[in-house]
Amino acid sequence: MSQKTARKKAVARKDMSKMQWTLKEIKRNWVAYLMVAPYMLIFTCFTVIPVALSILISFTDFNMLELPKIVGLDNYIRLFLDDDIFLLAAKNTFIFAAIVGPASYIMSLMVAWFINELSPKIRAIVTLIFYAPSISGQVYLVWGTLFSSDAYGWANAWLMKFGIINAEINFFQDADWVMPLCIIVALWTSLGTSFLSFIAGLQGVDRALFEAGAVDGIKNRWQELWYIVLPSMKPQLMFGAIMSITSSFGFGGIVTALCGFPSVDYAAHTIMHHLEDYGSQRFEIGYSSTIAVILFLVMIGANMLVKKILSKVGE
Amino acid sequence: MAKLRTRKHKVVLARSVGGDMGITVMLTILGIFMFLPMYYVVIQSFKPLDELWMFPPRFYVSKPTFKNYTDLFSLMDTSVVPFTRYIFNTVFTSVAGTFGNLFLSSLAAYAMAKIKFPGGRGMFKLVRTSLMFHQTVTAVTSFILMSAFQIIDTYWAIIIPAWATSLGLYLMKQFMDTHVNDSVLESARLDGASELKTFWVIAMPMVKPAWLTLIIYSFQDLWNRGASIYIHSEELKSFNYAIQQITAGGIKRAGASAAATVIMMMVPILVFVISQSNIIETMGSSGMKD
Repeated sequence: MSQKTARKKAVARKDMSKMQWTLKEIKRNWVAYLMVAPYMLIFTCFTVIPVALSILISFTDFNMLELPKIVGLDNYIRLFLDDDIFLLAAKNTFIFAAIVGPASYIMSLMVAWFINELSPKIRAIVTLIFYAPSISGQVYLVWGTLFSSDAYGWANAWLMKFGIINAEINFFQDADWVMPLCIIVALWTSLGTSFLSFIAGLQGVDRALFEAGAVDGIKNRWQELWYIVLPSMKPQLMFGAIMSITSSFGFGGIVTALCGFPSVDYAAHTIMHHLEDYGSQRFEIGYSSTIAVILFLVMIGANMLVKKILSKVGE
Repeated sequence: MAKLRTRKHKVVLARSVGGDMGITVMLTILGIFMFLPMYYVVIQSFKPLDELWMFPPRFYVSKPTFKNYTDLFSLMDTSVVPFTRYIFNTVFTSVAGTFGNLFLSSLAAYAMAKIKFPGGRGMFKLVRTSLMFHQTVTAVTSFILMSAFQIIDTYWAIIIPAWATSLGLYLMKQFMDTHVNDSVLESARLDGASELKTFWVIAMPMVKPAWLTLIIYSFQDLWNRGASIYIHSEELKSFNYAIQQITAGGIKRAGASAAATVIMMMVPILVFVISQSNIIETMGSSGMKD
């Protein structure tokens, strides 16, 4: 019996309440529970419980050695009113995410669109060139060599050769340079999952729509993009946005690897670094949980906002 | 006017020459920006010492040498833990984590996509929501839980969490939704096949592109893991961590560190080259409807 007719029959039966029907369904589908059990158990242990636990611990003072003491909102008050470095980190995180998120999203979409009409072989090669930096692990350390602090760094060598500067610039230890450079490196590694998703989405657009569009008076490729392509790949746009936003908050590792920890004058200090500092170095677990909760809310909030905006595409 | 022919219908769409050229120029500039740093690492790894120290640095190599690669191994001979141990650690955790993830995620994805049971949709929504935040949020509290399970400083601390990634389950479930035909499953069930058998014999062979995608995602994530807060013992640390130690040795080791980076990056790139078309196919169903 198919699931739909089963449900219809069950609902039609007057002798069974919804509760009883649910219980019966649970019993009938025990295999399904068995199949999701291992995954859900691990997912709960390492994703759901940690989030819930962070929220609980954020209201306490806890150092892993003694029992946690409930302190109410003290951690939150300290974070926003008493922690200048957190505010600086929040500002940096915001700048980082507001530039890298949209820029990488638009870059992924545009490149995917540009290469869509190339022949499959060339498209595969171009895809590899753009996608490779995001999967090659720590290859971004090469930027440390290119912009190294001495004359053997490529940037310094050429700037000096052409007489633009007299002395080497200590790029990754100079408060004026770290943010822009880290943003460039982050962008370089950011054509990841959303990029692949856009390529696939574009290939799935029904070609007959282009013909219909041409008849309806679409004049150039930009109109085609806005009126035909984007509305047909909305689900990919949504998924790509989530991937881009989430990773735009996760570039802390690049900053640490290139600039050290903490970065000079905290110039590229992000909320993620602040969390790491209190969580895994000072072991102020209560306070670090507060930071984690804020970061969590910011990410979810950003995603919700962008989802709202994207639902307006092509309307 | 450049022309684009649609596949079924012979309609000519407007494509301005200026636009074509503009796009080509843009793509070329962006392509150079993406490609040059990768190319530079490869070139560095083949430079002999005197070319590494040249001013200004060159983007080509006159006398290529494998010395940096051999140096890498002799450098690692002097470390406390044998070099091969780091490689083993990374390969072992990557393989064990990836296959566990493939099996558990597919199993759960199949149940969520193809069996309607109370709570199934809710579970999937929960997993989908977790795509919206980065793992660092849960790093510290995960540490507490791992201490409770007493798996800190063992391979399990890396492997077990990798068995249940949200992206893996999400992509697999979406792909099964669109690529596994319900009526085929239905007839297998009518023939008396158990749900587990239907999953393994009928559904799994139909979603091979999604396997490959899950494998490359999971594998490159684990392969690229550096130092972890869950691992203290030197003999359990990753290959990537060992490379960071070499790079930290400074400019004198520029060649060896470039060689190490090349070795590290070749693996995920090769895996991607082999499975690219399958990954793109999987991404075709990655979209999010609501």
